[in-house]
Amino acid sequence: MNFETLNARRLLCPLPVIRTQDKVKTMPAGDILTVTCTDPGVMQDIPAWCRINGHKVLEAKVDNGEYVIVLEVV
Amino acid sequence: MSQQKKAVALISGGLDSMLAAKVIMEQGIHVEGINFFTGFCVEGHTHAIRKRDTDKPKRNNSLWVAEQLGIKLHIIDIVEEYKSVLLNPQHGYGSNMNPCLDCKIFMVNKARQWMMENHFDFIITGEVVGQRPMSQRKQTMPIVAAESGAADLLLRPLSAQNLPLTLPELQGWIDRAKLFNFSGRSRKPQMALAKQYGFIDYAQPAGGCCFLTDESYSLKLVDLWNARGERDYTLDDVMLLKVGRHIRPKPHFKIIIAREDGESRFMSGYKRDFISMNCASHRGPLLLIDGNTNEDDLLLAAEILARYGQGREAEEVEVTIRDREGTERNVIVKPLLSSQIQEEWFV
Repeated sequence: MNFETLNARRLLCPLPVIRTQDKVKTMPAGDILTVTCTDPGVMQDIPAWCRINGHKVLEAKVDNGEYVIVLEVV
Repeated sequence: MSQQKKAVALISGGLDSMLAAKVIMEQGIHVEGINFFTGFCVEGHTHAIRKRDTDKPKRNNSLWVAEQLGIKLHIIDIVEEYKSVLLNPQHGYGSNMNPCLDCKIFMVNKARQWMMENHFDFIITGEVVGQRPMSQRKQTMPIVAAESGAADLLLRPLSAQNLPLTLPELQGWIDRAKLFNFSGRSRKPQMALAKQYGFIDYAQPAGGCCFLTDESYSLKLVDLWNARGERDYTLDDVMLLKVGRHIRPKPHFKIIIAREDGESRFMSGYKRDFISMNCASHRGPLLLIDGNTNEDDLLLAAEILARYGQGREAEEVEVTIRDREGTERNVIVKPLLSSQIQEEWFV
């Protein structure tokens, strides 16, 4: 299992979703991706994208004013 | 047993594309959605920026539609490619800077490419004959099919019975009798069908889903091109045109003043790209300057900014001017009277 990160700061939805989608395409199942964003809309949009595409959200939290989503590629 | 046919559906997040996809799914077709991000989409950015929208759900409607339908959604960033559509539309603009017909042709063509790369069989859209004045007319809908290259692989389930037969119908993949003959601007047939399918919380954007159909936004875009002497833009330009008051006191510079805290927060992300200002002695909004300014210009900008803060009636307001490197200095200015801010300065 590998851990990857994605910096989606300063991007407004749906761009963080698009960047997440494009990153996940390059990752094998079982890997973990941490996405850090500044748009609060990601707290709804990235989990929705994960539900649609069958990936698993492990954590969604606010950290120091930033929005952090941790997901497992399925 | 024949292999299940697959359709890619253009999903805008509105009701029509949602219904079109559902109608085709009901006929046993595997449907996946595709959504294109041009940068001018009304949803997303605006929800995130404007405080006044906090009472509305901050959902992305295309994702919401896909989830309701239980289909995958592929969101494609076409910001760069879309420039050629906006800057040189072969079929011209609508009432504002909206190149609706070229836009639809472009998107259907992109969907066609995606369809071929992913081994899908045909394309569906939520287009309805007569629904929109430019791209959804009886005369222009065949142009979309022809110029996109999709030809008879483009099926519009909601209006199919008003249009020539498509390959999915001819091949028997789709039963034409179970498609529809909607036409015109009335939304009643769509609403009735939505009710039949149990869709209740769908998006109903009053002004469409694209900022380019908005007169005010279009004027700001043209002003930007005129001021820069070239018809070009970046994604940051597109986003900043969506926020704040845009005031051009002189031809060579424009100021953007946040209208509320949400816009100030969003604009603060651009402090490294623009000279910025805020009131130091009173509460007030953030200001960004687009253009090359001298000291007199900066003072004029500070006087205008002071007018929009809580010190607007004060004799003096202290304003912090911040350069792109973050170096700050304060100036004292007298707020302009509202009568001194000329009507023609507002973009």
